[in-house]
Amino acid sequence: MTQTRQGKEFKIIGQGIPRVDSVERVNGKAVFSADLTLQGTLHGKILRSPYPHARIKRIDAAKALQLPGVKAVITGADLPPLVQDTANVGGETAVQAGYMRQFLLAEDRALFHGHPVAAVAATTPQIAEDALSLIEVEYEPLPVVDDILEAMKPDSPVIHPELRTKSLAGASKDPTNVALHVVAERGDLAKGFEDADLVIEREYFVDMVHQGYIEPQACTVVVDSDGHMTMYNSTQAAFRQKIQIATLLDMPQSKVKVVPLEIGGGFGGKSPTVPELPTALLALKTGQPVKTVLSRTEVFLATGPAPDSYSYVKIGAKRNGQITALQAKYVLNCGCVPGAGLTINNILVGYSLYKAGAFRFDGYEVVTNKSRTLPYRAPGMPNGAFAIESAMDELAQALGIDPLDLRILNASEDGDIMTDGKKLPSTGLKATLKQVKAHPAWASPLLPGRGRGVAVGMRLEGAGVSSAHITANTDGTFNLVIGSVDLTGTRTTMVQIAAETLGIDVSDISVSVGDTDSVGFTDGSWGSRITYVTGAAVLKAAQETLRQLKERAALRLRVEPSAIEYRDRVFYVADNPEQRISLADLCRANVGQGAGAIIGYGVAGGMQLVSSLAVHVGEVEVDRETGKVYVVKYTAFQNPGLAINPVEVQGQMQGGAAQGVGWALWEGYYWNKGQLVNANFLDYRMPTFLDLPMIDAVFVGEPAKEGPLGVRGVGEISIVPPLPAIGNAISAATGVRMTQAPMTSQRVLSALQQHNGGSSS
Amino acid sequence: MRQRRLLGLEVNGTAAQIAVDPSQTLLQVLRDELSLTGTKEGCSNGNCGACTVLVDGVSVLSCLTLGMEMEGKSVLTVEGLAQGTRLHPVQQAYIEEAGLQCGYCTPGLIMSTVYLLKRIPNPTEQEIRLNLAGNLCRCTGYDKIIRSVQSAAKMLQEVQS
Ligand code: FES
Ligand code: FES
Repeated sequence: MTQTRQGKEFKIIGQGIPRVDSVERVNGKAVFSADLTLQGTLHGKILRSPYPHARIKRIDAAKALQLPGVKAVITGADLPPLVQDTANVGGETAVQAGYMRQFLLAEDRALFHGHPVAAVAATTPQIAEDALSLIEVEYEPLPVVDDILEAMKPDSPVIHPELRTKSLAGASKDPTNVALHVVAERGDLAKGFEDADLVIEREYFVDMVHQGYIEPQACTVVVDSDGHMTMYNSTQAAFRQKIQIATLLDMPQSKVKVVPLEIGGGFGGKSPTVPELPTALLALKTGQPVKTVLSRTEVFLATGPAPDSYSYVKIGAKRNGQITALQAKYVLNCGCVPGAGLTINNILVGYSLYKAGAFRFDGYEVVTNKSRTLPYRAPGMPNGAFAIESAMDELAQALGIDPLDLRILNASEDGDIMTDGKKLPSTGLKATLKQVKAHPAWASPLLPGRGRGVAVGMRLEGAGVSSAHITANTDGTFNLVIGSVDLTGTRTTMVQIAAETLGIDVSDISVSVGDTDSVGFTDGSWGSRITYVTGAAVLKAAQETLRQLKERAALRLRVEPSAIEYRDRVFYVADNPEQRISLADLCRANVGQGAGAIIGYGVAGGMQLVSSLAVHVGEVEVDRETGKVYVVKYTAFQNPGLAINPVEVQGQMQGGAAQGVGWALWEGYYWNKGQLVNANFLDYRMPTFLDLPMIDAVFVGEPAKEGPLGVRGVGEISIVPPLPAIGNAISAATGVRMTQAPMTSQRVLSALQQHNGGSSS
Repeated sequence: MRQRRLLGLEVNGTAAQIAVDPSQTLLQVLRDELSLTGTKEGCSNGNCGACTVLVDGVSVLSCLTLGMEMEGKSVLTVEGLAQGTRLHPVQQAYIEEAGLQCGYCTPGLIMSTVYLLKRIPNPTEQEIRLNLAGNLCRCTGYDKIIRSVQSAAKMLQEVQS
């Protein structure tokens, strides 16, 4: 497939070329953070609270320190005073430095099961592990707040006495567990419901889940004799982590360098630092490199899962399906410290999918004695979509309208005012819904016993800043350095953009991910912003490189730069093409001599946000005796805009859909009074090869009008529709409406039994 | 201090004699003692398959196997598949069919695939799913991995005929 943009045909953009870094990924040579062991490395292990909430009365490490091989023990007492307590160090998700530090290492109180209370550095991991059991900690258990709705009640124990509810009205008066209350309103809600012929009102629950990256967090921290700290780790956001560590340890940012190594999945969960803080304290204390590798249990317990939620949706509609009023309420769990802010806003913006006569939204963030929660691929939006997209389906059923027709009737149009008051960018929503309706995935006859469900997700992406630069070599090849960590194919996509712009082959340019000393500030690899924002930075860097090359060619050929043309690796004078110099000759005559290096910088930021849209159709069979749901067919429609590398885009769509299906059917944290009981891959059930069908990834829609390339974010939206798409399919197959995710066999079975008992609601 | 013991084994065709802590797993021996970090740890209790290697030609979860059990055995890891710079057909197929994203599950999956295709040279989709079900991948949704295995099967058959 040849991609074009404004009539220009691309040669490299749009080709599904294999990854430029794939050989080292199949031969075991790629260096992930646990693979690095520096000379003289000590091994760090973390001691964690068995209590979800407790006062730490005493920590005695004397016995541990006597164990041969143990070099140091640190606790919260080793932290320096925090100067910038309220500084926002979150990046993607706003969180105050003080709260972030409290989450990473307990001081006077353990706030959740798995909260780090001490850490050990020893000569081998085995010794460090042995030493943990020799550290004595005296705890005084405190009342546990383990449920978001209980946490909101006025008589609930309060976790942070200083916490007040933030809202547009300012800060609340009394101490509370409610950190944030967001309200959005439009039109006359009461009248909207009065005008309705039918009103649907439902409550939904979504359990806490984990991003489930297969690589546990790992890091090595080294401090040199002059106090420069270098952190080698598995991160989505090297620059944000540099700010975090510098702020939390009260160091100048110039003395902290983050070197991102290969990352084995992140999905939002590796944006902030986690083991880095205690490891840095151990490195400071011992003067030796310290390496900490988390276990799977630690990853589940204390890295930052995605929030569980309660939601309430009420829709009023005319008999023809037109929505007259829409009300929604969401409560999301931030875990032990406030700062899940992005999730509420994401959910709110997601509600811009449909025109509603009147609208009211209330979003709350609540603290509990659980791990701090973090973004997970389109943060909060699966929780958001499960409620509204299930309710839309129920409305369609009640009105006897095709669920896609109901959505087409109410679909927002480009330029409509969104729920957050801003203007909706181009989405192609209506056209996409019509395309899906005509597609065999929706239109083909259904086999008996099966149910088919559809759901939509939409979000806005492209925030943050990115940097890149390109340098020319004396042989006419190039090096590209990007600030974005390569989560999955970033290097390849960026090389495609650079090579296309420079008119060279992919093999003529090598790419590396810079550390925080070697490339300009770049926001995290989150928010589906890489292709859109970093892509724009790389495009600028390549254009600037080309401009410098033309300038040098002009000097050489003694004409004005404007007279120079470039094609097929040759610079020539436009009206005298015989006057020419090849790209290789020009570089040879320049870079190492003459006017010197050629360096093109590109910085991108403050870009117009761009929408991404996904419509999923899931098909299920339900075993009525066990409640087990089989996903027999799954089709993901998505508008990627211009797909730089279609194969990588498909991979993102399939991967996100698979995670969403996992969340829909099996994944969830199980708790016993604030204690996590399924912190392993056996009891926390992620999809295996046996659980999923092949996933059809279908591109729909047009290139984006926003941004220089026509690309859209592709990484996240695919996790949004699966929860409701599967729920709607279960309803179509069985007549039973599921309102709690994951929709496990047990839950489906009990819903079926209730349904058959005649007590349908 | 824990007492170390001598272990003699063959790794990727080369004989090795090393001193190991008897509590070390094969995974730890490979990674920490032999610097063969291609084999990955995802869970250390047998649930993810990232640590899969072949022992005397049979697939084994190295996180559940003690290093000391390897006395006299022959271990094949992902580092031992390629012949010089010539990749093994299974490795080639994973690249061509985009059977990897972050690549962390990939070494384990490739080893499981090699083992599968040795026993079942031309597996059906269902046979692939059954035989690789012990390997978790969080990035791909498995679709492109299955295509990689199918393509590897074809490549291997062409090599043989
Ligand atoms: S590390 Fe061995 S199965 Fe997960
Ligand atoms: S490619 Fe990332 S876990 Fe499989």
